[in-house]
This record gives sequence, structure tokens and C-alpha cells, in this order.
Amino acid sequence: MSFRLPEGGCLIDRGQPVSFSFNGKAMQGFAGDTLASALMANDQRMVGRSFKYHRPRGIMASGVEEPNALMNMEEGARFEPNQRATTQEIFAGLQARSQNHWPSLGFDIGALNNHLSRFLPAGFYYKTFMKPQWAWKHVFEPIIRRSAGLGQVPGARDADRYEHFYVYTDILIVGGGLAGFEAALEAGRAGARVLLLEQSPYYGGRAMVDDIELGGRSGPAHIAHLLAQLERMENVTLRLRIQGAGVFDHGYALGYERVNDHAPDTRPRHRLWRIRAARIISATGALERPLSFAGNDIPGVMLAGAARDYIRLYGVAPGARTVVACNNDDAYRTALALHGAGLEVPLIVDARLKGGGELAEQARSLGIRVANGHAIARVNGGKQVTGVEVCLQSGTGGAVETIACDCVAMSGGFSPVVHLWSHCGGKLNWDAANGMFTPDPARPPTDHNGEGFVLAAGSAFGALQTDACIKSAISAARQAGEEVGRSLAEEPAPRRVRQEQVASPLPVWAMPAKAPYALRAKSWLDFQNDVKVSDVQLAAREGFESVEHTKRYTTLGMATDQGKLSNINGLAVLADSLAAEIPQVGTTTFRPPYTPISLGAIAGEAAGRLFKPTRKTAMHEWHARRGAIFEPVGDWLRPYAYPQQGERVQDAINREIRATRNGVGLFDASTLGKIMVKGPDAGRFLDLVYTNMISSLKPGKCRYGLMCNENGFLIDDGVVARLSEDSFLCHTTTGGAGNIHAHMEEWLQTEWWDLEVFTLDLTEQFAQIVVAGPEARKVLEALGGLDVSRAALPFMGFVEGELAGIKARVFRISFSGELSYEIAVPAGQGVLLWNLLLQAGGEHGIAPYGTEALHVMRAEKGFVVVGDESDGTVTPYDLGMGWAVSKKKDDFIGKRGMQRSFLTAEGRKQLVGLRTLSDREKLPEGAHAVADGKALGHVTSSYFSPTLQHPIAMALIQNGQARMGEVLEFRADGKLYKARVVDPVFYDRKGARQDV
Amino acid sequence: MSFSEIDGSGAVLVAAQRRVEMVVLKADLSNKTTRATLKKLLGGPVPAPRKIVNNVAWMAPDELLIMVPDGSSADGLVALLNAGVKAPVLAVDVSDARAVFSLKGNHAREVLAKGAPVDLSPGAFGPGDFRRTRLGQVAVAFWLEAEDEFQLVCFASMREFMFDWLVNAAQKDSLPGYF
Repeated sequence: MSFRLPEGGCLIDRGQPVSFSFNGKAMQGFAGDTLASALMANDQRMVGRSFKYHRPRGIMASGVEEPNALMNMEEGARFEPNQRATTQEIFAGLQARSQNHWPSLGFDIGALNNHLSRFLPAGFYYKTFMKPQWAWKHVFEPIIRRSAGLGQVPGARDADRYEHFYVYTDILIVGGGLAGFEAALEAGRAGARVLLLEQSPYYGGRAMVDDIELGGRSGPAHIAHLLAQLERMENVTLRLRIQGAGVFDHGYALGYERVNDHAPDTRPRHRLWRIRAARIISATGALERPLSFAGNDIPGVMLAGAARDYIRLYGVAPGARTVVACNNDDAYRTALALHGAGLEVPLIVDARLKGGGELAEQARSLGIRVANGHAIARVNGGKQVTGVEVCLQSGTGGAVETIACDCVAMSGGFSPVVHLWSHCGGKLNWDAANGMFTPDPARPPTDHNGEGFVLAAGSAFGALQTDACIKSAISAARQAGEEVGRSLAEEPAPRRVRQEQVASPLPVWAMPAKAPYALRAKSWLDFQNDVKVSDVQLAAREGFESVEHTKRYTTLGMATDQGKLSNINGLAVLADSLAAEIPQVGTTTFRPPYTPISLGAIAGEAAGRLFKPTRKTAMHEWHARRGAIFEPVGDWLRPYAYPQQGERVQDAINREIRATRNGVGLFDASTLGKIMVKGPDAGRFLDLVYTNMISSLKPGKCRYGLMCNENGFLIDDGVVARLSEDSFLCHTTTGGAGNIHAHMEEWLQTEWWDLEVFTLDLTEQFAQIVVAGPEARKVLEALGGLDVSRAALPFMGFVEGELAGIKARVFRISFSGELSYEIAVPAGQGVLLWNLLLQAGGEHGIAPYGTEALHVMRAEKGFVVVGDESDGTVTPYDLGMGWAVSKKKDDFIGKRGMQRSFLTAEGRKQLVGLRTLSDREKLPEGAHAVADGKALGHVTSSYFSPTLQHPIAMALIQNGQARMGEVLEFRADGKLYKARVVDPVFYDRKGARQDV
Repeated sequence: MSFSEIDGSGAVLVAAQRRVEMVVLKADLSNKTTRATLKKLLGGPVPAPRKIVNNVAWMAPDELLIMVPDGSSADGLVALLNAGVKAPVLAVDVSDARAVFSLKGNHAREVLAKGAPVDLSPGAFGPGDFRRTRLGQVAVAFWLEAEDEFQLVCFASMREFMFDWLVNAAQKDSLPGYF
């Protein structure tokens, strides 16, 4: 049993009880408790069921490495699965539920798997769910999906908010333990800007728990002493509850702040710190490793350091009677702590024949029995530990003694947390004496200058003893300081450290050394994924020699803890099975983030209303008030149609088209890109950018142009107006404005830097309004101020002046095929002009029309839309627009591309019109023409034409031009459509209507 | 300065300004003669990279953004620059293309640092500094108008989105408390 001790616990406030619930049961803890410590204080050590065999699992650790105690937290819109009880601080009203069992934690049907475990070995899924093939979709996958996974998927929309924060600093220190603090003090003294992040809610790390002595002060007193100095330094910032989650190129690091997980309120829940640091010191400590003995997963078996943490930090006894099992001296600290708290320690099982150093002597002198050269053969118990069987470490597990106990504290040595060192490519050395991988300072992750930018300090560097830890921290801080130009000549005064004499650890990868299969099959390596020693050995026998393959095959080191406890033990077993050395087998890749971070933190504020920028034109409010339906085009919102009261959308579109074709329509074209190109070489430049000739254009005139990429494929189109001898205004598509401007600048800056040309994106400066239809001229004339007659302003010309007193540029261009004026005015005048035009057009039945009416009208005219008729693999020739590709120019972007054999070959898809044989059938867009089982091409645009009273469509069809009159078959939506290949221009082939 | 929309509910006052007259100038700013001419026409030196001097901001090696002083007009300045600079030049009125915001309050730096990858610590970004960057997903430029007041420009079509973004970031209980 576990329980609250009558005294002790430096993090809890016994004066502040906190109520919470676990599986619906009301419980009480104290302020400062983690959910794990509070559960243990309530004698709740069993906290979940395992992933595969549904074995009872208990709290194993006291920090981020916890594999078992994962909870479904809270309810509804704040529900979140897989929250670690060991890092979740409790708050009043907290609701936690255990995971991975049905119907209850105590009685779980899935535990049948435990008895079937011999039939569920490594690779079980791959071997079993093979045939029949149909069963995958209908049987296997649904079953696997239901049985796999840990927590539940949240059902409601997340109620919390999140944000990012950008920070720049000289030195980022990750870890607020002894090493981090000593490093911060040294770097701070030198005047460097320092940011120190600590993931937990308190500083000090192991110094708060282990009985160390520095400068005559205890660990906690020394930490307080350092903290007081650091808080006085203006150039040093210390932050709690932020994890250094990842290190990336160029000194970029992520800090994952859990702002109010410990005390939910209206603040953002998580904040992602996006940090740029010249140097990063990784002082992230070390993680204790479990020992692999049979039954090492039974609730009540835990890491020795964690057992000590619960006593010292939270005043919680992990058990009344604890057996300590170890291969190193550190675990003796746990025995001493247990003894000091008045708890029974019937035995310390030390795998080393010669036993430990000074700490072992202390234990013995207190009367604690130590069994050297011994091991745990197996743990007895089901839902909790009832005892252990002790055997010789060198043997096969024949028990020499059975000891009754309710807790086992184990320590298999330490693994430095090398994650941040390794994220960006830092290399590791194998320290055989201590059985651990440590950062190799000669092979650090390197920055853009080829210099190492991450340094490791303290036990993250492999410096497990206090004196070495401080030394490495000072050394890392001095090196980092020097490299950021902040160094002190004089070294700090050395600290007086009382350092115990320590005996070497003994690498123990299996306990006992010659454990038979029955024991190995109950010796867990990976608690979260239910991987045992026998599974890794099986994988090795089956040929999985690479540690990365073994990981995927057995699932060792996967899921939310990514093998924090299991990796080294697992690869040691693999190495042993392969008769290879551990460094030859190597580790799997350490990838950020260090622990899972919330998706909310990654998204930051970009959710809901702020998910994506929305661009609105100057007339947007008017459109909205008029009841427009909007469609997103790029980031813009454009009116799709303006249905009137009770009108169907399709009817609105037809009405808008008829109004424009028969009278006059009004269209908001402000979103079209408008790029100004100016300079003595502007004409030359545009000849290179467009496929057709632009330099021959006269001032005051417009020309339609095409742009291709280097491959000869169409990327944009639009009308170019020559404003003056040396300046042009290039209209682009709505979605293309930004890209085309960047495209122009790239060519200017990288290839044609000798051309004297300036470009500027003026898209937003102007509101652009189209007045189209036979009555358009009358409307403009009614406004007055400009001569817009055919003589003064012919088709493809433009004039500048004042229209109704507003400074305007009026283009005679047409995308509808009607007499059409596009009027550009400063954006701020857009609404005024729009209203004046509506007023003036009233007597002609003027109607605003949306993008869909525009698209139908352009399709009636056979005009292409980049992105509909083109898809990045279409040339101007394919679209029948060879007339817009200059034969005279020496060069332009795409010229050589278009000459490649397969772009000039026979059989390319060409643009055609399609007329369904039945006037009642509209072809679905994207439908494929199929003949003799082969696809000939597809429908690119398809509409019902209210003007012609029948459906019209355009398509890209193989050899389309040669197929005029042919009837093609299209299959889509389970139907067969027949359509005749026709000219894509359905309406006013001569273009008489626009040129009046 | 007049505002079209103000939100004072947060830790920082967020205000959308009414139309501000401004002109973009593109020219070869490395040319000594051009620099001398511009100094005369603009009444001050051409700002160094990432600086703003006398309401003239450095936007790119060949681009300046000029806030038109009260009493002058963008049209007048465009004419002056086009006529005055003898080298190739592009000068245009962009007053309608931009939205301008004020962020006033001690914590304005923290609000901007939530979206801009810029070192906004007082030691690194002070009066006279100017950054063309992004705020969240929106292209912006900003500078310090006073010790505790930032000016920010973005494209006019993003005005509403930007205002919402700023108000959200300025919420009182959301400051990181770093600067």
C-alpha cells in the first residue's frame, strides 16, 4: 500500500487540501501534489491497463518518462487523453479517468490477452492479419482500431486558446537543476542574455531530493542560494513549466509552456516559445533505467529515484515495505530515504558481487540487509506487489529466498537525456563503464558556420556525480559565453562539494543473467507498448538486425513516451542477441518534440476566426448587405452570386447573366492582381516575362498576355496596359498576384539584374469595377467627366481622368464578351463609385453579378481560366492560344521549354468545346472521356448557359482539334454522358458585341 | 491621427487609423547622386537598412516607404519625386493600399512578439528601428512611434483580420511577461 507520510514533502502545502476525482471517486490531495503523488497518497497505485495484454499497471516514475500513468483528463470541450499523472499538477475539481480497459480498471475483459500472450508475440499483426484481403477493410482494421490506442479521441471542439511567442537570446539553458543553475550563473555573470527553461513547477531537479552537500549547504539550500543570485541578474530570465521541446537548425528551439494546466483559468492554455539562441546548453539531466526481471510491471514496482521523489517532494510513501533492486550506488539513496521516513527496507538486492561504496556502507550501518551478487527472479502479485523471489544474478532464476513486500524500487543505471543534443545531429559516445550513451563534445550539432551550437552540461553530459556535474556546467557556460562574445577571464571559485566515494555500476540487461524463457517472457522492456525481453530476442532471431527495424517490428520505444525508459535496455538486449557491441547496434533517432506537445500549441492563435487571413475588397460590406454568397479565391472572399429574397442560387446566376447580356451588369474585380512595372527596360523585361510581344504596345493601349514558367507551362494570364513610355500595369489572376510579383522579382534579381526595371504590387491600391453589357456606355456617360465613346476609348484602350469627380482609369477590356469598361479608382473611393454606377444604371436594370455569372459568361465566350483549363501541365498551344506566343522574340520564359519533344509531339491534349447530345444533361466537371478503355481527357469547365439555353463545357482532349464533330463518351456519377466535340467559343464568335 | 476603430479592452490599446497618406519609392538607393537628391527632396537622409528616419522607412535595398507629412499630399510628393530624381525611379501613392494600426501600452512588444519573428527586446528594437516581417500569417511592417507605441502597416484588405488578430493577442490575461 502507498500512503501519505505524517511529515515531509518539500513541494506540498499540507495547509491547502485539494479535492479531485479519479474514475469518478472523490479523492483529496494537497496543493503542490502531482496527480500521481495524490493518487499514491490515496493508495491508488494501479492506474491503468497495458496496451496489448491489458495487464494492471502502476505508477513507475515521477516525471516525463512515466509510461503507465496516462489519464483521460477532464470532460467535454476540455477533454484530453494521454495526460501524464506524474507531470499533471492537481487542482480543485480535476477529473481523471484511467485508460485502456473495459468495463472497469479493476475488471477488464481485455486482460484475457494476458493469458493469450504466447499467441501474441512480436509482429503478431503482420503475421496474423494476412488473408483474406477483403477482411482487412471490414474485419481486421476495425477490430485493431478499436483495440489499439490509449486514450479516447476528444469529441468536442477544444474550448481553450493557444499562442506563440518569439524570443531571441544569447544562451538558452534547458533544465533548471543544479547544472542549469550553475551554468546560468556563470553565463549571467559574464553579461550574456540568458533564458533558462525548466519543465517542472520547481527548480533544483535532483538537488532537491538527493542528499548532496555544497559549500556547507544542503541541496535545496544551495538551489535557493543560486536562485536568489540569478533573480538579481537583469540579463537572466528563468521560467518554470516550459519544456525545451526541440532543437532545430540555426539555433532555433521550441519551448512548450503549459501555462495553466495546473490551474485552469482564462489564460491561453499552452504557449509555444519559438526561440532563436546563439548557443544552447542542454542541462536536461538523466533518466533512470528499469531492470528487466520477471513481473517488473506489476503495480508497486517503480524506479528507485521516483520512490525517493515521492517521499521527499510529496511526503508520500510508495509502499510500507520496499525491496530495493539495483546495479549501482544511487539506489542506496532510496533505501536511506525510505529508512529515514520510517519505512521498512527488508532487503537491498545488488547485482554487483562486490556491492557498493560509501552509501552502501551507510545502509549497512543502519542495519539494512544487502544481498550482493543477487537478483530478483520474479515479482509476486497481480494487481499489486506481494513479494519478490530472490536468486543469484549469475544463475537461471532458481529462487533462494522469498521476501514479502508491497513495493520494489529498482535502478538499472542512468541514461543521460541526450535528446536535445541529438535532435540536430549531435553524436554520442558509449560509456561502457557506466553503461550509457553520452554526448561527444567533439561531434556537436553544427550551425550555419559549421560550429557546434549545443553544449551539454551536468548529468545530460554524463557527469552523474555532483562535483563533475558542476564542473561540466561551468565549462559549458564559459565556452558558450566566449562564443557569444561574453566571457570572464577569472574562473568562479570552486564549490566545496562533499562527494561520496562511489563504486562502479555493473551493466545488467537481464535479471538474472541466464533467465529462461518463462522469465524473459514476463520481463518488460517497454511498459507502454507491452514489449518484453523475449519479443526483442524473437525479432533478432527473425532477422531484424537494425535497431530501427526492431523498433517498428516490436513497437519498442514507440508511442507517447518514445522509449524514454526502454530504448537502452532494448537495444542492449538486441545487441546481446546479435552478439554485437551496444555502440555497433546504436540508438534509434531522437526526434523532437521531447515529449508530445499539444496540437493547439502548434497551431497557436490560428484557429476559428483567426485560422487563415481573409482579404476583403473595399465593397465587401456592400456585397454582404446585398445578401451575396461568398466564395474563397486565394485568401480573398468574393461574391459568388447575389440571390434575392426567396431566389434559388442558380436562378440568381441566370438572372445576373441575362441582365448583363441584355442590359448592364456590375462586377467587383478589385481582387485581380495589378503589378506596376516601370523603368527604361520595362518593355524588354515584359517581353521576357510574357509569351507574346508587349514592347510594341502603344501608350494608352491594352493587350492580353500569357505567362509561362521555364517548362513552357501556362502559369498566369491577364491584360497589360501601357501607362507611359516606360511604365506598364500588368493585371494578373486573383490568386496569382503575389506569386507573379515574386516571380518577376526573382528573375529581375537573379537573372536580369542588369535591366533597369522596378516592380510594385499595387493590387490593393485600387478598387476595380466592371461595367459590362450593351448599356454600359450609357451608364458611364450618365456619370460624366470622361469621353467613353468608341472613338475616344476604343476596345483594348484606356483613358485616365475624372469620372463623376473621382480620379479614375477606365479600361475597355472584356471578359464577358460584352461592351465592357473596367474602372480603377483609389480603393477608398470604391464604394462611392459602386453606388454612383448602381444609381446611374437603375434605368437600364443594372444588376451586380458574382464570380459564377462571370465564369459562365467567359465560358460562353471560350475564354480560359488559369487553374480550370490549365493545371500546370498545359501550354498555350494546348489551349489553342499559339497566337499569343511570339515567334519573333529571341527569348522569353518558357520558350525553350515549349520546344521540348514531348511538348511538340502529336497526341497532346487540346482544348475543345463540348455539347452534350441531350440539352438536359450537364457534364460533371472532371469527368473523363473514355474510348477503348483509355482516358482521352477530361472536362475542365461545365455550365448551363442561360444565354444559349443549353449546357456548355470545355475539355482537354487528346488530339482535340482533329476530333471536331466526334461524339465522345464520358462516365461519371454512375452515368454515361455523350457529347460532341465543338469549337470552344459558343457565343459571338466574331467578338462583335465587345467591340461596339 | 484619427481612428476608425479602437479596442481598449486588452493590455494594449489597439487602434485602426483612418487613411494615412503614404508613397512608395523605388530607386537605386546605392547611387550617391540619387541619395543626395532624395536627401534634399525628403528633407532628411535615406534611412539605413531596417531603419526609419523622419517618417521615411527602409523597405528593401531599392525601396522606401514615405509617410506623407501633414499639410502635404501623396500626389504632390509623387510628382516631386518623379520630377526630382534623375535616375530611373518609381514613385506611387499607396495610401489606399495600406491599413495602419497603433499599438499603445507598456506591453506592445509582447503583443507583437506573439506573431513576429523579430527580436523585440528593448535592447534590440528601439526608436528608429523598422521591420518588414509578418505577424502571424499576415505580411506587416512596424516601428516605434514613441517609447510605448508601435505603428503597424499591412495590406488594406487584411484590415479586419489584423484588427481581430491584434485584439486577440492583446488580451489582458495572455501576456508572457518576458520583456
